[in-house]
Amino acid sequence: MKANPKNVLTGSHYLDGDHACAEGALAAGCNFVAGYPITPSTEVVERISERFPFVGGVFIQMEDELASMASVIGAAWSGAKAMTVTSGPGFSLMMENIGLAAIMEAPCVIINVQRGGPSTGLPTLPGQADMMQVRWGSHGDYEIIALSPNSPQECFEFTIKAFNLSEKYRVPTFIMTDECVGHMTEKVVIPPADKIELEPRRYTKLSPQEYLPFKPEKDLVPDMVKAGDGYKVHITGLTHDEKGYPAMHWKTQEKLVRRLVEKIRLNKDKIVEFEEEETGDAEVVLLSYGISSRVAIPAIQKARAEGIKVGVIRLIVVWPFPEEKVYELAKKVKAFVVPEMNYGQMVLEVERAAKGQAEVFLVPHGGGWVHDPEDIYKAIKEAVR
Amino acid sequence: MKDAQVVKEAPVIEEHPMERILRMDRIPHIWCPTCGIGTAMTAFAAALDKVQIPLDNISVVSGIGCSGRIAGYINLDSFHSTHGRAIPFATGLKLGNPKLKLVVFSGDGDIAGIGGNHLIHAARRNMDMVVLCINNFIYAMTGGQSAATTPLTANTSTSPYGCYEQPFNLPHLAASCGAVYVARWTCLHIRRLAKSIGEALNKKGFSFIEIIAPCSTIYARRNRLGDGLNLMKFYHDNSVIKHGADTRELDIGYQKKITVGKFVDIERPTFLDCMNEWYRKKFGEKYIEYGGPND
Repeated sequence: MKANPKNVLTGSHYLDGDHACAEGALAAGCNFVAGYPITPSTEVVERISERFPFVGGVFIQMEDELASMASVIGAAWSGAKAMTVTSGPGFSLMMENIGLAAIMEAPCVIINVQRGGPSTGLPTLPGQADMMQVRWGSHGDYEIIALSPNSPQECFEFTIKAFNLSEKYRVPTFIMTDECVGHMTEKVVIPPADKIELEPRRYTKLSPQEYLPFKPEKDLVPDMVKAGDGYKVHITGLTHDEKGYPAMHWKTQEKLVRRLVEKIRLNKDKIVEFEEEETGDAEVVLLSYGISSRVAIPAIQKARAEGIKVGVIRLIVVWPFPEEKVYELAKKVKAFVVPEMNYGQMVLEVERAAKGQAEVFLVPHGGGWVHDPEDIYKAIKEAVR
Repeated sequence: MKDAQVVKEAPVIEEHPMERILRMDRIPHIWCPTCGIGTAMTAFAAALDKVQIPLDNISVVSGIGCSGRIAGYINLDSFHSTHGRAIPFATGLKLGNPKLKLVVFSGDGDIAGIGGNHLIHAARRNMDMVVLCINNFIYAMTGGQSAATTPLTANTSTSPYGCYEQPFNLPHLAASCGAVYVARWTCLHIRRLAKSIGEALNKKGFSFIEIIAPCSTIYARRNRLGDGLNLMKFYHDNSVIKHGADTRELDIGYQKKITVGKFVDIERPTFLDCMNEWYRKKFGEKYIEYGGPND
């Protein structure tokens, strides 16, 4: 399915990351956005509210982030392509209904323009410290998909990708950007609509008599209906059977929750995406994502100029994490260097995946500013020593 | 003495009269004997039976708690959301597909306690939905803790020496935030309640109906109101029907008179009406109205 030309602002633009996310959502056919203002994400909903009247969509500024996330799930179930946008404190409030989106298998996109935390922290300055929260923040077991752009161009492209993944796997999908990328203004090239491929909603072809709302297809994802279609579905946040009816039993729990995690884990190869550069004979691999992957470039160049063989893994999809790839590299390289704007989050995944086969060096940063490339360079030097 | 032979056999009805409305495969429900929630659901079913709106276009949303289970028994598209979030969930459904008629059916703890912020904002926006709020005076599902609706001095499991917090006057809250239809009935007034629900369903905008049904298992027992039948007697003796009553005077005191009736029935443009009219005025033909997912 191709994008609708009326939604796509084809051409070359000078946009910041937040605005590029908004254009990506529009190109993806998003027609419902609920949000509560929060720095540094507000520009996304500002652009959406400016553009929606001319493409056909509803923006509503909700009373808080609990309501924003709840309304996004409602909108998804009535057939809309729905999104919300926030940053740290709002993200914490959304956790309640992110769990509901996971168990109701509502396709939706959540953009988190990360700022420094905890709590109110650094409202106007960057951070990357919600990387574990996005994976584990709501209670109970579930899986999500998260992507991390490092430029406004990627904000545009990854937002489309996020909508497609959320439709395909019926899972809340996240854009984990940060204040730096969100407020960075660069050239963004928006292609013609017929060059943008969209994943259609997986509506069932079965009749209301045959249809079971949570009976999975081969890929473990069930087909969907929308409210008003005459299927009279019951959709609940309680543990439910294939009919959608609550069933408080460990066997139902086992069947449902196992599927909620396996629909992502078993399809991981199709979801995982990363950039790989010069890992063939690398002594050390710099693994990063988002803005930190760009800040690391001068450090990589400096180290390479000195003859150090530095490979790069740059995560595009952050969750699920490419553990097989990291393990494969861990067997060949001396060490991984992981710069991130927190005191150790994704680095824990790298350590877990490396299974002791290579050393792992974190280059921490509390947020509020990006890394000094010199610190990353020093870590590379230390790693090859 | 009557001759036994002349007593006619009652006609056998194969189908339960509410089979069209209820998910019979989920009956029996979880509510206690003499609980008012079942009665309220019956009134809702009776209203749906008469209403002209196609049932496929009606979605029911509940939150969490005893009353939150209603969505699970209604044979319409029904959503059982998180605690307090039924109204914003319904807001999303409505805006995602403006053709839907939304009914939020939940309890006082859900709608006015944890979800109070959503209630006032949905009323302010005049979001097109019917909110049916069963007020059982406590948090019943968790064992009878005090709520934002517990009458002053009433005994609950977390106010064992009597409640000293001022409760909400829910019709006044809804009305002052902008609801276009506000009514209150008890579970004794099933016919009037059904009629009221029907009126609300046919109305555009934010309608709010409070349904008084003190929890018969915990609240009534702890506060010496007796069993379900005694409760009915209590409603009968203490309810005063006063249509158009000043909503400021609708506080519910401990074992005092309960004013019921229809208090507000006004017209005001809904959120979507306001949005569409404003943009049409601003942008004329350039404005593209969102009409729903099939557009």
